[in-house]
Amino acid sequence: MEALIANITELLSDNTIFNMQTLGYYGQGLATTVQLVFLALVIGLVLAVPLAIGRGSKRKWIKLPIFFYTYVFRGTPLLVQLYLIYYGVVFVEGIQDTWLWLILEKPFYPALIAFTLNTAAYTTEIFHGAIKATPRGEIEAARAYGMSWGLMMRRIVLPSAFRRALPSYGNEVIFMLHASAIASVVTIMDLTGAARFVYARYYAPFEAFLFVAAIYLCLTFAILFLFRFLEKRLLAHLKPASQ
Amino acid sequence: MIDLHGYGPRLLEGALITIELAILSLILAVVLGLLTASAKMSRNWLLHRLGTLYTTIIRGVPDLVLMMLLFFGGQIGINMFTDMLYAHYDIDIFINVNEFVAGVITIGLIFGAYMGETFRGAFLAVDSGQIEAGRAYGMSHWMVFRRVRFPLMMRHALPGLSNNWMVLLKTTALVSVIGLSDMVRVASEASKATREPFTFMIIVAAIYLLIASFSEWGFARLQKRYNVGFGESH
Repeated sequence: MEALIANITELLSDNTIFNMQTLGYYGQGLATTVQLVFLALVIGLVLAVPLAIGRGSKRKWIKLPIFFYTYVFRGTPLLVQLYLIYYGVVFVEGIQDTWLWLILEKPFYPALIAFTLNTAAYTTEIFHGAIKATPRGEIEAARAYGMSWGLMMRRIVLPSAFRRALPSYGNEVIFMLHASAIASVVTIMDLTGAARFVYARYYAPFEAFLFVAAIYLCLTFAILFLFRFLEKRLLAHLKPASQ
Repeated sequence: MIDLHGYGPRLLEGALITIELAILSLILAVVLGLLTASAKMSRNWLLHRLGTLYTTIIRGVPDLVLMMLLFFGGQIGINMFTDMLYAHYDIDIFINVNEFVAGVITIGLIFGAYMGETFRGAFLAVDSGQIEAGRAYGMSHWMVFRRVRFPLMMRHALPGLSNNWMVLLKTTALVSVIGLSDMVRVASEASKATREPFTFMIIVAAIYLLIASFSEWGFARLQKRYNVGFGESH
């Protein structure tokens, strides 16, 4: 490990911008971005499944509030949602004296809440579309077997809906990764935050932003390949017979 | 009545900037998208590669990073260029990168890539028999494009186009970060000054929803127009 660091240091010795310190910022930024995106996606996914089922409910008082939620969160910019939650929380009277402040003081948590609510709204619509596309015959078959609603959802509807939703969900994951760049606006040192810091310190926009763009590009391709692999495994039954 | 603390007129100006920015970048994006789609469908190896490179890179990098690169980097790049002009040819000019122009160019450039993909798919969906029929009537290449390929392509492209427009509209919010006084920036300044974030942010959110609903209606009408002759099923 030490030899590796020594090697990198030697490699960077005549580079004024990319020294060990700035690379450290980028590294921490990468960790923050991955944490933020991963947590938002996981919590958003957990929220989206019941919401998607409710979105397709016949009962108006379940369906309409969920529709309103997804409509508002998909129709407004994430930046506005972030500001609303970030400033909204900070300016609440007396919040700085409560225990909640310990969590909300860092901009990470307001950002996480905004990202989670945003991705949950998009994911709800994706799953809703996938559930709606369930072939009628499958549902009738489940009914004919005497399955209860819960059992039918668990064994028939959801597994096939998840598979159908996979390509769109992959796009949503990439969208979330890219959207997370705005976390830097509320002073979070994510990847973009690190790039902005390096830009401001060395006044070197090309180096700072092209480097971070390359990192995002690698992350995007990694997600793309992961989902392509998953699709290949999970959607194998949909492939043309000749292949 | 809601108390806007005198920020009302500025908020309205910001809303106008948002709309202008969105419409101008949409026009740029559509033009770039048509060019990219043509390049990607071209038999020319270099054009095809360039088109693919453009769409892949733009769609793999966050909008905000591209915007900062073009805005902060653009100024330095132009300064380097004018310095070179001065040093070698004794031409002394100074070009200042305007936030609005930078915003339009960046958003147009980003969505040109998305539009390119939409248009490419739509062009490929046009029945080749229709194009052959146009050629058989003795139409020139340009006329086939204008009278046959473009209107038929639009029918397939409209859903994607409408989707891209909705995303583009929301992306305009990012220009507030590079210092343009669009409605998000005005609202964020007002929130900080008055400590009433809910009032301003909810108004801004409502304006975005209003524009989105209005465009949804417009796109539905366009869709109807381009579906003429294809029956009610579409």
